Parts: sequence; C-alpha cells; structure tokens
Amino acid sequence: MDIAINTGNSRYQVDKNGYYGRFGGAYTPEMLYPNVEELQRRYLEILSDPSFQQDFEALLRDYVGRPSPLYFAKRLSEKYNAKIYLKREDLNHTGAHKVNNTIGQILLAQRLGKKRIIAETGAGQHGVATATVCALMGMECVVYMGSIDIERQAPNVARMKMLGATVIAATSGSKTLKDATNEAIRDWINNPVDTHYILGTAAGPHPYPDMVARFQSVISEEIKKQLLEKTGKANPDYVVACIGGGSNAAGAFFHYLDEPEVKLVAVEAGGKGVHSGFSAATTQLGKIGIIHASKTLLMQTEDGQIVEPHSISAGLDYPGIGPMHAHLYETGRAQFLDATDDEALAAAYELSLLEGIIPAMESAHALAKLKNMTLHPEDVVVVCLSGRGDKDLDTYIRHMKK
Amino acid sequence: MQNRIDQLFAQKQHGILNIYCTAGFPQLNDTLRIMTALQENGVDLIELGMPFSDPLADGPVIQDSSTKALQNGMSLNKLFEQLTGFRERIHVPVILMGYLNPVLCYGIEAFCAKCAEVGVDGIIVPDLPMAEFEEEYKPVFEKYNLHLIFLVTPETGEARIRKIDSLSKGFIYAVSSSSTTGKEKDMSGQQAYFERLEKLQLKNPVLIGFGVKDKATFETATAHANGAIIGTAFIKAIEHSTDISGSVKAFVATIR
Repeated sequence: MDIAINTGNSRYQVDKNGYYGRFGGAYTPEMLYPNVEELQRRYLEILSDPSFQQDFEALLRDYVGRPSPLYFAKRLSEKYNAKIYLKREDLNHTGAHKVNNTIGQILLAQRLGKKRIIAETGAGQHGVATATVCALMGMECVVYMGSIDIERQAPNVARMKMLGATVIAATSGSKTLKDATNEAIRDWINNPVDTHYILGTAAGPHPYPDMVARFQSVISEEIKKQLLEKTGKANPDYVVACIGGGSNAAGAFFHYLDEPEVKLVAVEAGGKGVHSGFSAATTQLGKIGIIHASKTLLMQTEDGQIVEPHSISAGLDYPGIGPMHAHLYETGRAQFLDATDDEALAAAYELSLLEGIIPAMESAHALAKLKNMTLHPEDVVVVCLSGRGDKDLDTYIRHMKK
Repeated sequence: MQNRIDQLFAQKQHGILNIYCTAGFPQLNDTLRIMTALQENGVDLIELGMPFSDPLADGPVIQDSSTKALQNGMSLNKLFEQLTGFRERIHVPVILMGYLNPVLCYGIEAFCAKCAEVGVDGIIVPDLPMAEFEEEYKPVFEKYNLHLIFLVTPETGEARIRKIDSLSKGFIYAVSSSSTTGKEKDMSGQQAYFERLEKLQLKNPVLIGFGVKDKATFETATAHANGAIIGTAFIKAIEHSTDISGSVKAFVATIR
C-alpha cells in the first residue's frame, strides 16, 4: 500500500491552488486561515515521509484489517447479468471506509503537534472512526453530530461514547450533517492552536478534499491489484459508489480517474424523489456556491441560502458534494445518478437476501442503481460497499413492518 | 464623493463606536428604525448584517438573529429595497457584513453597483479570500468606491497583516481573540496582541471587535485602537424589545 503522492498532471486532480477546474479553494474566515494554511503547507511533505507511510500502512494492515476483500457476488451477478464485485469496506474495523482517513489524519495531527481532535459526523461512521483512532492514540476527542442524526443512529452514538469521545448535538438548521460540520468549524475557530479538525469527507477547504481522497485512494489501489489477480485485468468496466460529500467515491475512483475506459458512476441520495422537495441530489438540484469553505455544487435558494437536504441515510444527507466530484460531474468524467429512499431500502433487502450481507443505508444507494444500468454479461462492475448496515437496523426494521 | 468611512476617520480618530445589527431583525421592517436610532444616539458607524443560513464565524446569538431575519423574509433584494432612499435620513457610514455565497449568487458586480446606488460605504465578507479579492474583484470594488474591510486575528502573522493593510480600505477589523462572535473570552489577556497591532503603525485605522459588550470592554478596546465594534450584546439588548428606539438609546447610554 502506498499513499498516492505523485498524481502527475491529471486534469482530475487538485491543482496547486487547491482547485479542481473551477471548484475547490479555501473560503475560510481569517480566524481559520493559519490552521488551514499550515495544513496546505505541510500535508504533502508529511504524507510523503517514509516514517508516516510506514505507520499508516502498518495500522491499515494490522488494526483496520486491510486489504479489504474484493468479493465476487455470484447471486447478485446472476440477477443483474454482469460480473459484480463488491469492495468490502464494510469489513474494516469500525465497519466502514471512514477509518482509512481517520488513521491518516490522526498520524498527521500527531506530527503537527496537536493535542485535541474534533470531527463532524452524519451517520456516525466517521465519528466512530475518529473516536477509535483518538482512543488508539490517547487524544481528546469531540464529535459534533446533528440532533436528528443522534436519534436515528443511536448505536453509533453509544459506540463513540464508549470509546471516550464527547458527542455534542448540533441543534441549528436542519440538525443534520451540514450543521454538525458548521459546529465543528466553529469549535476550530475557537480553538485554533491545539486542535486538529479531522474532516470526514472529500469536502471542506483545500487541502481536505485532496487529503481525504489520497487517504481513501487505498480503496482503488487495492481494487486494481485484486481485480488483476481475479480476472487478469486491473480495470473494470464500471466503478459504482454512493456520494454524499464523496469520500468513498473519491477513494474508489482515485486510481481510475485517468483510465477513460473505466466508467465511473456516482449515486446521490434522491430522497423522496429529486423534485419532491425532500432530496439530496446535489448535481441535479444545485448550482455553484460555497459551503464549508469550498466552492462546489450546492443546493441553495435563489438568494444563496443553503437548502436543507433530505435522505433516509444520515451519511448522504448533505446539500453539497466535494469539489473533486463537482469537477467530475462538470467534465462528464463521472456519471451521476440518484437513488430514492425506497430504491435504497429495496436494494438493502435484496443484498441481504442474495448475498448474506446487510449493507449500510448509504452503500445501498449505490447498489440500487444496478437495475438502471445497461449491463452485458461480460461487464465487470465494482460496487464500493462503503459500510455495514448494523447501525441502520432500526431504519430497516421500521420499513420491514410496512 | 469621498467615502463616508474615510470622512469619519478624517474627522475623528478615537473612541469610534460601531454597532452591528442584523438586517430584518427582530422584525422585518425594524432595519431603518434601528439605524435611525443608532445615529440619533451618536453611534459613529453602522454594520448591517446580511443574514445567511450558515454563518460560520458567528456564535449562537447572531446566528439565531440571522435565522429569525430569514424567517421574517429578509433577503438581499429585500434589504436593498429597504435601503433605497435611506441616505435622505442617515448620514453615518454604513457597512454590510455577510458571507460570500449570497453575494456571489447576487453577482459581485451587481452587488457592488447596488451598494453604491443606495449609499453603502463598505462591506465585510469574512470568507472572501484575500488572493481572490486581489486577483478578481478589487477593480470592481474600486469602481464603485466600496471599501472592503478585512479581518485580522491574534494568530495572523505580521507579513499577512501588512498585506491585509495594503489591500484594506476604510479600516481593519481586529478580532480580539480567536473565536466566533459573542464568545465569553477575557479581553485583558489580549493586551500583547493589541500592543503588537499598535506598534505596526498600520495605514488603516483599526477597530476591535468580538468580546466588546459593555463600557469596560469598550474602553479597553478603544485604549488600543481607533474604536470598537459591538454586535452580540446589542442583539441581546433588542431581541425582545417592544420599543426599539428606546432600547437602542438605553443600550448606547451604557457604553458611553
């Protein structure tokens, strides 16, 4: 495993100013400038340090349990008449891809001399992954979570507390991921010297989108190797991933960005339907704007007020997408689809019954679009199974009764 | 015409009182009533907040006032409508403060033109990066004689403060401590920072904000700078008021 340091002259990677095409940048208030500037200045140097790479690799292997398997889903393949592989990020320690990034960032925080960690979380997967690495390293951990998400993701809240984290409810706005992120940024403004903000997705000010994508790029790096072993070809026909902020999609796409024969499919949360007023399908509903210090596609009113999104999955309930993804959308490099709450639920039940795997509600959105893709029997499709569904059992049980 | 902020500082160098209020709060049509009362009670400068759904640098009091103002129906269009003709009555300099997204959405040039048309003198956009302003927007602001006021904090290094001073017009907004607005932090610990700023001999006047809430903190701030900005304490003073003019008068009387 290597952290992707040299990304060459790819038109899909971040440029030296922190932009992907016209998206990205660092629209921070002056209060955050020194923190963000320090990160921008130091992250690549720290990531490329051999001792950092060694520590990162050892923890991913021995603590997270990487490489995660690339599983050929036989019955799912029969159903959709293609060769479908699942990248099993659900088998990572803490149950999702999020831990790849938190391991990287905690090692970075140590090297920056920080003592205190803050994070935002939607579904709680990033919160749990952050609380976990803080326990591992003996660092103080504060996680902000929307009060609505605290209710709908109770098992993850309990896990964070057991891991020693303080969970603080965000009660402003829509009381979900967007607001948890606002509160985390505010905490950072108030504690600029000793605190590192472990942002969980490929959004936020530069260098976060790039840094998170590099930590998550272990996903596509492994897919390439594993697919080569299994099929004799490193490149699939499709890579499919769900997208809220976009960290698992960034990781699954990363090493395929400059391989045009690989079709990249990002699946957004359609909620109750894209035009129902209850949706998080940013590429369809959004326009260029600034959220959490990044210029990207954003759901907003005519006056530029941020619109509160809806998704049955707390992890996709976000009114923007990371700037890398906004660029992939605008350039057409990735195709963006959306799955409704109902489609995602159906896909979750289907995977459970066909393969004995209960997926996270987020990952179920990616699975839900297999039925809309025109697939041929020889097509190789990799779906990033970003996390496991234990945390969503309450939601699944509630809908099973209907 | 000379910018009103420059006119103010040409006449008065010390003890400048700048009061922040959120446009459209507590009631949609209170904006001009509050501005009039502030002027009548001797406030030197008015900072008018353009409400935003996700104000990152603000604490809960100002955020709540923005949420309330948005619920009241405030928008940039509405605000410019309310401000049309306000210069017939109000002569103190007026600054608009808000976040970049609504301004971008309105269009930077259209926004600056509208500010000039109604008689706004400066703006504060805490999340507009200095480099982007310098490369893209500076000529637009200059064309409309609209001053962009930048922030500095205790963590801002000297080279960057110098750069900010060279790009700022009107004054520099010195955030007293690293915090969101309205945070209870003791300003007495900021002595060294204030003294450091004084020693830099900046070309722009300096107003200190964040944590200024009463006579004592106003005097601490004005001992080291040209003046101070009060926001959260003022919002608290008017949020449940049934007599806006009376509340404004009573509040200003507690400051000086």
